[in-house]
Amino acid sequence: MTRAPLKAFWKSGELFVWLTASGVALSLLMIGALLGLIMVKGLGQFWPADILEIRLADGRTLIGQPINSETIPHSTSQAHPDGKRRTRFRVGNQDAFGYDFKWVDADAVVAQAKPFDLTVFNRREWGPLYGRVRALYREAAPVAEGPAAWPALLPLIEQANRLHERIHRIEHDEIGEINRRLESLRLQRQALRLDNRLTDDETTTDLGLQQTMAGLEEEYQRQAATLDSLRRQAGAYEVAVSLSTGQEVRLPLSKVITALRPNEMDWSLKTLTYLGNLWEFLSGEPREANTEGGIFPTIFGTVMMVLIMTVAVMPFGVMAALYLREYARQGPLVQLVRIAVNNLAGVPSIVFGVFGLGFFVYTVGGTVDALFFPEALPNPTYGTGGILWASLTLALLTVPVVIVATEEGLSSVPRDFREGSIALGATKLETIRHVVLPCALPGILTGLILAMARAAGEVAPLMLTGVVKLAPDLPVDGQFPFLHLDRKFMHLGFHIYDVGFQSPNVEAAKPMVYMTTLTLIAVVVLLNLVAVMIRNHLRKRYAASAV
Amino acid sequence: MPVNPASPYALKSVRDRWAPSPAGLPPKADEASQKAGPLPAGHQEVKIKIAGMHFHYGATQALFNINLAVPTNHVTAFIGPSGCGKSTLLRCLNRLNDLIEGTRVEGRVELDGMNLYDPQVDVTDLRKRVGMVFQKSNPFPKSIYDNVAYGPRMQGVRGTGVLDRLVEESLKGASLWEEVKDRLHHSATGLSGGQQQRLCIARALAVQPEVILMDEPCSALDPIATGRIEELIFSLKTRYTVVIVTHNMQQAARVSDRCGFFLMGELVEYGDTQTIFTNPRDKRTEDYITGRFG
Ligand SMILES: Nc1ncnc2c1ncn2[C@@H]1O[C@H](COP(=O)(O)OP(=O)(O)O)[C@@H](O)[C@H]1O
Ligand SMILES: [Mg+2]
Repeated sequence: MTRAPLKAFWKSGELFVWLTASGVALSLLMIGALLGLIMVKGLGQFWPADILEIRLADGRTLIGQPINSETIPHSTSQAHPDGKRRTRFRVGNQDAFGYDFKWVDADAVVAQAKPFDLTVFNRREWGPLYGRVRALYREAAPVAEGPAAWPALLPLIEQANRLHERIHRIEHDEIGEINRRLESLRLQRQALRLDNRLTDDETTTDLGLQQTMAGLEEEYQRQAATLDSLRRQAGAYEVAVSLSTGQEVRLPLSKVITALRPNEMDWSLKTLTYLGNLWEFLSGEPREANTEGGIFPTIFGTVMMVLIMTVAVMPFGVMAALYLREYARQGPLVQLVRIAVNNLAGVPSIVFGVFGLGFFVYTVGGTVDALFFPEALPNPTYGTGGILWASLTLALLTVPVVIVATEEGLSSVPRDFREGSIALGATKLETIRHVVLPCALPGILTGLILAMARAAGEVAPLMLTGVVKLAPDLPVDGQFPFLHLDRKFMHLGFHIYDVGFQSPNVEAAKPMVYMTTLTLIAVVVLLNLVAVMIRNHLRKRYAASAV
Repeated sequence: MPVNPASPYALKSVRDRWAPSPAGLPPKADEASQKAGPLPAGHQEVKIKIAGMHFHYGATQALFNINLAVPTNHVTAFIGPSGCGKSTLLRCLNRLNDLIEGTRVEGRVELDGMNLYDPQVDVTDLRKRVGMVFQKSNPFPKSIYDNVAYGPRMQGVRGTGVLDRLVEESLKGASLWEEVKDRLHHSATGLSGGQQQRLCIARALAVQPEVILMDEPCSALDPIATGRIEELIFSLKTRYTVVIVTHNMQQAARVSDRCGFFLMGELVEYGDTQTIFTNPRDKRTEDYITGRFG
C-alpha cells in the first residue's frame, strides 16, 4: 500500500531534483554567509559610533565606544539564569593607559550617559584618544579655554593637516628626488671606477659629477631647513584633553588627523563621515604597522601584478596551446606533454614560489644585475624580489590553466571553418590568425578569467618573490621610467595575513582584516567581471554559425 | 612565394589577376584559349586530367586507378552511392586531402597540364585557382562582406574600392546580391541555409578561380533553395569549370554535361550525361540509375 507511491516518487526522479537543488542551495548559503560575515564585521568599523561615559561601581569612570558584548563564560547562577553579560569598549589612549580595549561587566556599571562634548581624536600614532577638550595652547600659551576651545580647534586641525601634507610632499618628493639623483650620481662615479682606474677623460667627468653632487647637497640643506621650520610651525599648537581618569594630556595638533564629537552628530553627518572614512580607507596609505589608514598601495599592487601576469601569461599560454593543438603531431609524446601541463596546475603554489626565487630572482635577476647594473652591486637591482618576478612566477603558475582552456577553445572550432579557409587559398597561419583564433577567443578568455582569479588570490609564492609589508613607493609613479618593475610591492592577500597576524594591536586590526578581505574579493570580482564582459562581447560577435 | 615565370608551374601572379580592368572583373583565366580562336564544334578542351590515380587513407585505399578528363567550361558530375570515394576524388583536385595525416596519392592529377602533386606546386596558389563549396554551408562567423572579401584579402587585395566591387560582383555571380545588398555588414550566420550556401559560392567566386568544386552543395537544402543553386550552377559554367558531387541523380541529369559513376572507389563509367542516363554501357551503372542498386 505504501510501497507503490514511494516507488513512484523514486521513479519520478523528484528526489534527485531535490538533492541537486539542495546542493546548489547549500553552496549559495555558504557563499552568502561568508560574504555577510565579512561585510558585517568589516563595514561597521567606519561608522562614527556614539561615545559612552560610564561610571563603574568602584568609582572609576570610563569613556569609550562599545565594540561587542557577550555572556561571560560559566556565569550562570540562580540570579542570572542566562549568565551575566559584559561589553568590550574601545577606550583608546593606549599611550596613557597601556591598553586599547577593556571588558566591562554589565553589573559593574552604575550609570552611563552620552554627553555631547565627548571627543575622539584620531591620531597619527597610538590610535584614538577619547576625552574632553579643555584648552588650546600656542607655544605653551593658552589661546582658548573651556567651551571656546572646540570651535577654535577644528580650523587649526585642518591647517595642521595641510602642513602635514606639505611636509610629506617635501620629504617624499623633493628630498626623495634629491636623494635619487645623488644616488644615481654616486652610481655613475662608481661605474667610472669599475675597472679600478680613471683615464683623464673619466677624471674630468668624475669632477663634474662631484660638483653636481655638491650642488645637490646644498639644495638638500635648503630643503631640510624648510622642513625644520614647517615642523616647528606644525608643532606650535597643542590641545589639552582631560581623559576619563581626570588626567590631562597635551596633544600636538600635528599628531591629530581628525577630532569628532559623534554624540552631537546627526544621522546625515554620520553617514557623510562614514563615507569619508571608507574613501580614506580605499585611497589612503597605511599607518601604524598597517593597522590604520588606508590600503591603496595594496589594491594598486594587486591589480598591477595581475595585469603584468596577464600580459606575460597570455601570449605564452596561447602560443603553447596553438603549437600543441595545431602544429604538433598528435601522438603519445604530445599526450605526455598535455598530462604534464595538467599536472603542473596541481603543484602547490609555494613550490612555484621557490622556483621563482631560485630562477627569476637569483638566476635571471642576478644575471641582469651583473650585465646592466654592475655599478650598484653588491646592492641588487633586479636580483631581489620585485613585482616583475612575482608576476612572472604567477604567470608560470597559471599557464596550465590558459593552455588547457585555449586548447579546448581551439578544438571547438569546427573543421568546416578551417577547411573553408584553406580552400580559399589561405595558408595555415592565415587560417589560424583570421578564423581559428577569433572563434577560439571566448574559450581563451575563459582561461584568462580563471588564471586571473587564481593569480589574484595567490599569496604564498609572492611572499618569496617580492611582496613586502610596506612598500615606500608604488610600482608606477611620475619618475622616469614610470613603470618600475624592479620595485617591491604590497598585495591585498599578504596584507590580510600581515594585519591579522603580525600587528601589535590585534584587536584594533580585526576590522581591517575583514575590510581588506572584502576589498580583495571585490577586486577579484571586478577584474573577472571586466574579463567576462569582454568575452561576452566577443562571443556575440563570433557566435558559432547556425544553419 | 617566388614562382619562376619560366617554369611550367608558374602561376599568374595574384596581383596581375586583380589589376583593375575597365570591364569590371579582371580577365578570365581561360581568356588565352578564347584568344586562340574559336574551338571546333564538339571539341572540348581538357581542364583537369586524372590518369592512373590511386588514393590511400593510411592503410586503406579509397580510390583505384581513376582515369578521367574534365572539360573546360562544362559541369561534370560525380555520382555513386555514399562512401564510394566521390568526395575523396573531389578533394584531391584542390589537394584538400593534404590536411588529413597519412594520405597518399599515386598517379597524375593535372590542371591545364600541370601535375598538381608535383612538389614544386604552390598549394595555396592552386587552391586559389580551384575553389570549393562544401556539403554543409560553412560561412565564417563574420559579416557577409567579410566572408566574401576573405579570400581576396588573404591574397593581399586592399583598398575598399577594389574590394567593394569584388564583393558586389561575386554576390551577383552567386545571385545573392539583391537579397543581401542592404545588410552586407550583418552577420552571415543570420542568413537562411540556401542563402548561406550561395554565400559560400560567392566567397569562392571572389577568389577568381578557374574551377569550382562542389561537394553535395544541396544536400541540406529544401527543394526551392536547391532549385536556385542548380540554376546558379548552370549559369556558372559560362565562366568556370564546375565539378559537382551529388547523390541525387535527377540533379546530376539536370545540371551536368559529363557524368562519372563511382562504385567502391572505382570509376565504373564516365561519359556524356545524356549517354550515361539513357544508354549506360555498364550493367552496374544501369542498376544504379534505375534505382535497382543494392
Ligand atoms: N579521413 C578519412 N580517413 C580514413 N578514411 C576515410 C576518410 N574520409 C573518408 N574515408 C573513407 O574513404 C571512402 C570514401 O569516402 P568519401 O570520399 O567521403 O565517399 P563519398 O563522398 O562518396 O560518400 C569511405 O570508405 C570512407 O570511409
Ligand atoms: Mg561525400
